Amino acid sequence: MALTPVENQTPAFTASVAAGAGALFGLFVGTAQGSGLLGLLAGAVLLGAMGFVFTGLIAQARLIRLATVVVFALAGLAFGGLPALVLGALFGLFAGWFIFWLATSGYRKHLVPYLTPGQVLWHYGFRVICGAIFVFLITPILVVMPLSFNAEDFFTFTPEMLRFDPAGYSLKHYRDFLTNEGWQQALWNSLRIAPMATVLSVGFGTLAAIGLSQPHVPFRRAIMAVLISPMIVPLIISAAGMYFFYSRIGLQGTYLGVVLAHAALGIPFVIITVTATLVGFDHSLTRAAANMGAGPITTFFRVQMPLILPGVISGGLFAFITSFDEVVVVLFVGSAGQKTLPWQMFIGLREQISPTILAVATILVGISICLLTTVELLRRRSERLRGMSPS
Amino acid sequence: MKLRNLTALAATTALCAPLAFAADMADEMTIVSWGGAYSNSQIKAYSEPYAEKTGVTIINDESSAEAVAKLRAMNEAGNVTWDVVDVVAADAMRLCDEGLAMEIDPDEHLAAAPDGTSAEDDFGDLLVSDCFIPQIVYSTTFGYRTDLVGDTPPSKICDVFDLEAYPGKRALEKRPINNMEWALLCDGVAKEDVYDVLETEEGQEQALAKLDTIKDSVIWWSAGADTPQLLADGEVVMGSTYNGRLFSVIEEQKQPVAMLWDAQVFDLDGWIIPAGLSDERKARALDYIYFATDTQRLADQAKYISYGPARASSAPLVGQHAELGIDMAPHMPTDPNNAQNTFLYNYEFWADYRDDIDAKFQAWLAK
Repeated sequence: MALTPVENQTPAFTASVAAGAGALFGLFVGTAQGSGLLGLLAGAVLLGAMGFVFTGLIAQARLIRLATVVVFALAGLAFGGLPALVLGALFGLFAGWFIFWLATSGYRKHLVPYLTPGQVLWHYGFRVICGAIFVFLITPILVVMPLSFNAEDFFTFTPEMLRFDPAGYSLKHYRDFLTNEGWQQALWNSLRIAPMATVLSVGFGTLAAIGLSQPHVPFRRAIMAVLISPMIVPLIISAAGMYFFYSRIGLQGTYLGVVLAHAALGIPFVIITVTATLVGFDHSLTRAAANMGAGPITTFFRVQMPLILPGVISGGLFAFITSFDEVVVVLFVGSAGQKTLPWQMFIGLREQISPTILAVATILVGISICLLTTVELLRRRSERLRGMSPS
Repeated sequence: MKLRNLTALAATTALCAPLAFAADMADEMTIVSWGGAYSNSQIKAYSEPYAEKTGVTIINDESSAEAVAKLRAMNEAGNVTWDVVDVVAADAMRLCDEGLAMEIDPDEHLAAAPDGTSAEDDFGDLLVSDCFIPQIVYSTTFGYRTDLVGDTPPSKICDVFDLEAYPGKRALEKRPINNMEWALLCDGVAKEDVYDVLETEEGQEQALAKLDTIKDSVIWWSAGADTPQLLADGEVVMGSTYNGRLFSVIEEQKQPVAMLWDAQVFDLDGWIIPAGLSDERKARALDYIYFATDTQRLADQAKYISYGPARASSAPLVGQHAELGIDMAPHMPTDPNNAQNTFLYNYEFWADYRDDIDAKFQAWLAK
């Protein structure tokens, strides 16, 4: 189990590292309470002292860790009720574990013996940095979810919510989303526009990718660049251009206009994913199929399509999400009759800060997670298939 | 050949005549407004009864905030998709000047008051532009957290500038309009002199210097929904916003907030019809406005939101809130108790000085 034989650390070492961790926690708590510096100092002193004392008591580690949890939980309860109790207990659990992990050199146990102290520090520092980035990315999304169950009409964690009082929570914003005519219209518009735009993107994008992967097509790179451009050109420029062009040909403010605009935005995603799958596609298979008497269309549907299907589907999902999440182009190209969900959310945020937006956001995040999971599963399947196919 | 064509034409015309008559007014219209509770009040008071009466399909757009820019773009693209647009008076004046809104003669196109007073007299001074049919009087005023101001709640506009008596953040709109007037008023300038002073360089400096004294405690807002959210959060002690928003926070959401009506600034909001509509759509839009701006309907809107009807004859008809059942009259910005000290948005002054003062204000903000 253990790669490296270890011995216990000196109290000074444990205390100083624990003080560092305490300072970090203290900084967060202190900033939330008004004084970051004070929190930093208090956290460092508290955990430093605990580290110093606990190092001498390794024999009773289990008991002391339990005591730490209880003490911090009670301190939390005294300070801020039930939620603080939970937080306090979690912090106590972490502090107890962390100090003994340091004191018994647990951090070294599973690493190879020849690492220098600097390398060990980097090993854990790297993980802490990754974790911090992850938290930074995910927190805004996580904060939205509990707020969407708010019983009040504001983006506020009410005292009832923080006390975990059921009266502070409600499903009324979800009910509003499901019954409000404006939101329902927006939902149906999105559901009418996105699949249609996806079908068009997938059809055109797949054909373009296959065509552009043929070595004999002239100006392949130039054509590719033009087709990919909607992804690179700032959206607002595409949107303004489409607005004036579509107005002249009578497509502005129509269902077809929005579908076409979204299809144009989705095509680059399909081209990129399908082109990537085509790289691993063995063209001798089409020749073999032709050799056996299959026409080009049969070859496409029976041989090529099944092999590049994962790329087509993941491109299609990206095209779907693009259309489903898009707000700039639809504000220009659409009119109120084509109001989509992002449009409604955008307007809602500006005119009335209603948590219904958060409820919708939570639902959309759920849908996006499902779609991206599908993409990931398809990608794995495609890799497996490619590994099996002769190359 | 020619003769047959003519007969065919005559026959078609004869056949289509009744149809053409029925299609005199478009049977679908797009109404643009501000969204939120305000749009809801219009839908309840005007659009639903109108759709019921005429069978017309009404599409509600919520783009009034960018109405001027969008109407310009539509005009340029030759494709105006809006039929009736709700805008503030200042925007209506700009649209009218640019020829993007059509002129409407109130006496010809609007209903007279029940007692026979002509529409023009009934709206009176509020008809500030030839293209604009006023609908409501709203005010920009302050709300404060009752639990954060101690035992003596603020009662004067200058309490906003008093950081000692009322420490904490304030929410102010991120534009010079109103803020400059309030600053001068609290820097010892008499109310009737405010705009004379603000015309001068020194006056503008004076207003900005006064705002400087609270700059570090100000959170600047740009959407009407911001201040209610900040007040509900307790992020600010007091903040300016539209009085209807504060009514909703206080009476509908039951937040610990109260009104500070002193030196509230009245402004008008109302309808325009974009220029360049086809005859059918224009007829429909005019018919809608005739319906929506009569005395009773304007009073009806006040059941849903605390903005004062623009017609003099509507005021006595203002009743109770549709859901809460409280009297709406005391919540109107025009109620005598609330309107002891008021400003009316000075359209002429701001039309002349807005760009200039805006630039100074933004530069001051960035400092």
